[in-house]
Amino acid sequence: MGKWRLLSLLSFVVLFLSGCGEPFISTLTPAGEVADAQYELMLLSTAIMVLVVVVVTVIFIYVIIRFRRKGRESYLPRQVEGNHKLEILWTVIPILLLVVLAVPTVSYTFKLADTREMKNAKDPEDAVVVNVRANLYWWEFEYKNQKIVTSQDLVVPTDEKVYFNLQASDVKHSFWIPAVGGKLDTNTDGTNKFYLEFDSKRSKEAGNVFYGKCAELCGPSHALMDFKVKAVDRESFDQWAKDLANTKPEVTTAEASAGEEVFKQNCLSCHAVDAGDKRPAEARTAPNLAGFADREKIAGVLEHNEENLKKWIENPESVKPGNKMTGTYKELTPEQVDELTQYLQTLKLKE
Amino acid sequence: MSTLANTKPKSVLWDYLTTVDHKKIAILYLVAGGFFFIVGGIEAMLIRIQLAVPENTFVGADTYNELMTMHGTTMIFLAAMPLIFALMNAVVPLQIGARDVAFPFLNALGFWLFLMGGIFLNLGWFLGGAPDAGWTSYASLSLYSPGHGIDFYTLGLQISGAGTLIGGINFLVTIINMRAPGMTYMRMPLFTWTVFVASALILFAFPPLTVGIFLMIFDRLFGANFFDPTLGGNTIIWEHLFWIFGHPEVYILILPAFGVFSEVFATFSRKRLFGYTSMVFAIVLIGFLGFMVWVHHMFTTGLGPIANAIFAVATMAIAVPTGIKIFNWLLTMWGGSISFTTPMLYAVSFIPSFVLGGVTGIMLAAAPADYQYHDTYFVVAHFHYVIVGGVVLGLLAGVTYWWPKMFGKMLDEKLGKITFWLFLIGFHLTFFIQHFVGLMGMPRRVWTFLDGQGWNTANLISSIGAVFMAVAVLVLVINIIKTSMSKQQADGDAWGDGRTLEWAIPSPPPEYNFKQTPLVRGLDPLWIEKMEGRKEIVPAEPVGDIHMPNGSILPLLMSLGLFIAAIGFLYRNDYAWGDPIGAGGLFITFASMFLRSWIDDHGYHIHKEELIDEEEKEVK
Repeated sequence: MGKWRLLSLLSFVVLFLSGCGEPFISTLTPAGEVADAQYELMLLSTAIMVLVVVVVTVIFIYVIIRFRRKGRESYLPRQVEGNHKLEILWTVIPILLLVVLAVPTVSYTFKLADTREMKNAKDPEDAVVVNVRANLYWWEFEYKNQKIVTSQDLVVPTDEKVYFNLQASDVKHSFWIPAVGGKLDTNTDGTNKFYLEFDSKRSKEAGNVFYGKCAELCGPSHALMDFKVKAVDRESFDQWAKDLANTKPEVTTAEASAGEEVFKQNCLSCHAVDAGDKRPAEARTAPNLAGFADREKIAGVLEHNEENLKKWIENPESVKPGNKMTGTYKELTPEQVDELTQYLQTLKLKE
Repeated sequence: MSTLANTKPKSVLWDYLTTVDHKKIAILYLVAGGFFFIVGGIEAMLIRIQLAVPENTFVGADTYNELMTMHGTTMIFLAAMPLIFALMNAVVPLQIGARDVAFPFLNALGFWLFLMGGIFLNLGWFLGGAPDAGWTSYASLSLYSPGHGIDFYTLGLQISGAGTLIGGINFLVTIINMRAPGMTYMRMPLFTWTVFVASALILFAFPPLTVGIFLMIFDRLFGANFFDPTLGGNTIIWEHLFWIFGHPEVYILILPAFGVFSEVFATFSRKRLFGYTSMVFAIVLIGFLGFMVWVHHMFTTGLGPIANAIFAVATMAIAVPTGIKIFNWLLTMWGGSISFTTPMLYAVSFIPSFVLGGVTGIMLAAAPADYQYHDTYFVVAHFHYVIVGGVVLGLLAGVTYWWPKMFGKMLDEKLGKITFWLFLIGFHLTFFIQHFVGLMGMPRRVWTFLDGQGWNTANLISSIGAVFMAVAVLVLVINIIKTSMSKQQADGDAWGDGRTLEWAIPSPPPEYNFKQTPLVRGLDPLWIEKMEGRKEIVPAEPVGDIHMPNGSILPLLMSLGLFIAAIGFLYRNDYAWGDPIGAGGLFITFASMFLRSWIDDHGYHIHKEELIDEEEKEVK
């Protein structure tokens, strides 16, 4: 029984050090300085804890084998009250081990909370600041300095600190990009602030797209409240922001034009198609669809293709139970759904 | 005709409905707690079936959130706590040489409140939806959650919680006031010590929960705005109130388990506990520190680096007294004569299992690292390791160990060993892999997970382990049934190596426990007498009349009144009869309380002559 445990322990350490999981989502394949710091603490604490477990396990295995009763039924052991020296030893050593862990813990706690630079970021050339607003079950990303609002796909520049203001509009959610850094809750009261950094080399290794997750139970579709993160170099980021600001729907076919009509009557009151949406936050009750056609997923979870788009429009409840789009528009005919789909596919990023 | 005959109950059912005897109340807690443990276990099985494969549709998202919420709520409040109370009731009065707890009537009330609360909590399943916001029921989601699910949670838990608070107070007074002559604090058995400190934790930890739940009840049912930020409220205060309760709660759960292990290690190593004084000190320190660390559940809430740093260090501190205990247990076995009975198997396997859970706790304490671990399967793995590897193994050990004392029969050793191995293997299989899947990015409380994220194998393995645990529990149930039907009579000193007072009296004990209050001459009083060649404890008083309390139906009625009131208030905004029924229920409760205060019940006496008669019959 003890040997089994030792074996699983060793495999625990080995797996840990080898960094398993998918590089776009695993905390064991950090892709930025925040995740690096956290990974360092994870390794340090694991190393200390493995030491403790090994010591306990060795004593444990020895004791349960050496002092079995089998064959010595009448043996009466010496009743030992205690041993002062030992007790001091196993009090002081753990304290020392904890100090070794506590120092970098406190140091990183303060380092990762340093968002002083945010107040100096006023122009598009300064540090990028993203206002994140979490909703049931979608994410809004507002770049005030770039004057754009987008959703679901978070585009960020690499090799520099990116700052975030985090809020929720309905219930508590939590903003998490596992491969890039720990999470921070989006509360309905107050704004949380932190920063992340996306390393260009490791972003490339992860395919340049990181998975984002909601990490606070928010309702039935909490499990499906995914977002995607595209990490590109600063120049490309600036270009993307300009392009998105200038993106307007380009309707060329008759079907798409009919779709635009369907959209205006059923969707426009909630969904803006202009990234420069000037409405206040409370009025932005649905994802901004500028550049929708280029998004990684539909509704955060579906493969982006026509069939899924139709499925989402026809029956959103079957995809994301409890979502806030269900029942907000009258039932559309299959023809209208086709037209709407064509229209939505024209919402491409203007190059 | 002797008074003893007059007090014979009319029927077993009425006896149990009205009993104020701690031994019978222990059995009530055991049966109810055991039942809810199975309910919670079924909920766990359904969860693991849903998560066995990606994008599964075994249950819907709503149902999953209800299952997940009820699994946690049931296991903690309706299974673990009551089973701990079962052991507390069965054992503590016997260990201190007392004839019952300080307040037998309140003891019964505590049980019925727990049961009524537990039933009410589960009514949601049948009445439109169980609670679905997690066992932590955070404020914003709880206010948002449609239907009455959360109301079943708040009202049910409030009733159950009142029962727990009453129980805590009862045991504090019992241990302070009713120890036999010669039993100083530092001669109390370790199990009694852990119950003592856990009771103090209950006393201080449950009120914050009570307050938080009242505020939630007022918001959801009475139109208040404590948790609505748009109307001046605050959602974070719920988190604080909940966790100021929630963290001590887990120490309330683990300390008695530690106490069980201390008894089992000493008994089955034939050695006194190593470092008794440090063990007591560690228990007290753990209890105290348990109140100083709650914010470690809120590291990602955004309280700022100062708060996070302070609570990170405070949390790490708890490792020290806990480590002391682990080493003391190992050294208790060192040099001893170890017999691997079923309780000892649980105790021995607890050491590595709990240590694994404890060390991941220290990893979680490192706040910046916790920003990655929080709300992932890493946390789920951690707390299942400490709760299942600590509390559940402790309960299984304690129930097996004290079963003969409670029922006069020994559980089957062979079946016990089968349960043990199946359960241990299943437990590690299910939860070890969860550490990794959490580190690989899987959040917790997710109804399903998408394919292609590298989590499929881990989840499948985890689900397979659950089957092992289910079979283990099934074998345990078979064991219990087989044992009840078997013809055996256990000795007073059922395991043969008893060191403490409970093993000095028959199994099960007579109604009055000790014919004469025992004289305690040191730590492990029975062991001392055995070493001097005696089989019994020296009495501290001559044989005399024994004053016993009468049973009463009022505790049941009082609890029933609150149950009815809860139904009324739950529906107060939907039906006109809501408030009147609520008031009616409260009336039943207060009327019963009035009757209790007004009617003079002096109990009855078991006369000296009957006790001597009994003794002579036994001798013959």
